[in-house]
Amino acid sequence: MSKGRFGIHGGQYMPETLMNAVIELEDAYNYYKNDPEFNRELTELYNEYAGRPSRLTYAARMTEDLGGAKIYLKREDLNHTGSHKINNVLGQVLLAKKMGKTRVIAETGAGQHGVATATVAALMNMECEVFMGKEDTIRQALNVYRMKLLGTTVHPVETGTATLKDAVSEAMREWTSRIADTHYVLGSVMGPHPFPTIVRDFQAVISREIKQQMMEKEGRLPDVVMACVGGGSNAMGAFYHFIDDPGVQLIGCEAAGRGVNTKDTAATIATGKLGIFHGMKSYFCQDEYGQIAPVYSISAGLDYPGIGPEHANLYDTGRAQYVPVTDDEAVEAFEYLSRTEGIIPAIESAHAVAHAMKIAGNMGKDKIIVINISGRGDKDCAAIARYRGEEIYE
Amino acid sequence: MSKIKKAFENGKAFIPFITCGDPSLEVTEQLVYAMEEAGADLIELGIPFSDPTAEGPVIQGANLRALSQGITTDDIFAMVRRIRENTQIPMVFMTYANVVFSYGTDRFVKTAAECGMDGLILPDVPYEEKEDFDPTCRKYGLDLVSLIAPTSSERIRTIAADAAGFIYCVSSLGVTGVRSDIQTDIGAMVKMVKETRDIPCAVGFGISTPQQAAKMADVADGVIVGSAIVKLCAKYGTECVPYVKEYVAEMKKAVGQKGRSPLSH
Repeated sequence: MSKGRFGIHGGQYMPETLMNAVIELEDAYNYYKNDPEFNRELTELYNEYAGRPSRLTYAARMTEDLGGAKIYLKREDLNHTGSHKINNVLGQVLLAKKMGKTRVIAETGAGQHGVATATVAALMNMECEVFMGKEDTIRQALNVYRMKLLGTTVHPVETGTATLKDAVSEAMREWTSRIADTHYVLGSVMGPHPFPTIVRDFQAVISREIKQQMMEKEGRLPDVVMACVGGGSNAMGAFYHFIDDPGVQLIGCEAAGRGVNTKDTAATIATGKLGIFHGMKSYFCQDEYGQIAPVYSISAGLDYPGIGPEHANLYDTGRAQYVPVTDDEAVEAFEYLSRTEGIIPAIESAHAVAHAMKIAGNMGKDKIIVINISGRGDKDCAAIARYRGEEIYE
Repeated sequence: MSKIKKAFENGKAFIPFITCGDPSLEVTEQLVYAMEEAGADLIELGIPFSDPTAEGPVIQGANLRALSQGITTDDIFAMVRRIRENTQIPMVFMTYANVVFSYGTDRFVKTAAECGMDGLILPDVPYEEKEDFDPTCRKYGLDLVSLIAPTSSERIRTIAADAAGFIYCVSSLGVTGVRSDIQTDIGAMVKMVKETRDIPCAVGFGISTPQQAAKMADVADGVIVGSAIVKLCAKYGTECVPYVKEYVAEMKKAVGQKGRSPLSH
């Protein structure tokens, strides 16, 4: 009966109005994922439009400075639109087009998924509307302008905490009101089945490439792969092809905000409990009566009270570890990578960099860490400047 | 026989929805009595949820107003116990899966049944996921109400075959809220249910005027109204009881009228 389970997590907790839509999506995906023509078109888009494969850069100065494990950076920041989000969006919008849809909608937190969706909608001549928390439209004003420039209508969402969870809720509401011509391009490995599977499959290109690049450069698999986790799409993409390699440690870095002992946190594994929300059973930050917590992180992209169901299961089975990283640690890592490697990471990705900074020095020089740099940090410069007490004009 | 079935025995049923704790639990209790006096046949009590994804702005607002006062599920159970000392009108909870799940599904359903609730509506639990809740509801004698939507098509037969209490027919695409026009062929949805199973069908989402209610009552067994009532609660606050009572009386009259011309399509 229930579909799309990862252990006890996942499922399809959706209004009846959307059930035939998600069933239709699942059928279409199951058909096209094995269609050679679909895969040829998608590969061409990945390579010629998004700029794949993304590089695996050896971080020589960082490695030397930390004095332990060798550090490689998977450069999703070099993709067109500046993050891993384009991988999923190219797949989903191409699929939507094959399904005969003419309009796409999406939620966005940091604006990276919104920009990617607006971009591909322009490329494929689809109508596009993006829902973004009002708070985030202020934190990420540049991305709002980029979306508008790309021909997308941006709807600021003022309900709840006016952040990512509210944008997801509003996009779901919009989808129930207009289904026939509209595909909802969900941006992370979350929501009702089949989204966690579809998004993971389109993001799995990241770990497929890391594996190949690692074999070319080092002739072996890495010891650790780490990535930041909000909903968890870049982490799921970076982990996926390593799940069956028990020698590769998988570490997801959650946004602890001002700390896991404060209310101002978005670290779901550290502070959440099992629940049902946004279409899935998984872990969520919530109070004792199941009211979803108003979470906080400096990173708009990780400012989400839940985590994708496959991550929840990787946690349950012990296959992956999840660690909290605070705002302060992430900002330091943001500045550190900029100075040390000449790479300004997204503040989201900086959470993973921060954890690498904690553990690399305690690992042997024969060990290898891969950090997924899920996006570039240009969008964050104004906010980080403000965090450091400096007012700049974008 | 379940008390919910009784609600459909005296002609077409009128089913008002209110959010518990908007503007206060004391007023919610008074609203239940007033709506019963005005002719309501079954009452839907919303347990507020922080992120009600099936609701439009009006009921979202009611959820937030209730939660901002710190209303909890336990407070609502206590209110239901008080109400049950005074009336036996059929009542169902309307809330979201996480409110029930986080309380402990068994503990929630058992307590709800002990307090005297008759059913439970969870708009984010479709047929495919009802295994999480339905066996527990059956164990304690609470009807888990199934929803069907304009997009359900053949799913209606599968849902109806396994439904309890009544079928909630969602009138339109989108979320809850007042609509000027309802275009779905509700009659066809109800017909498909009845071909499968003899179970009452009540129509909700978007209905606010007596004319709309009368039209819907022609093709279904009952009419559910939420946002229009919640709007009165928002507008009049602690003074809302007489306004809601008057509105419910008017709507009950509209659904109860006999011999109207059939719905034209």
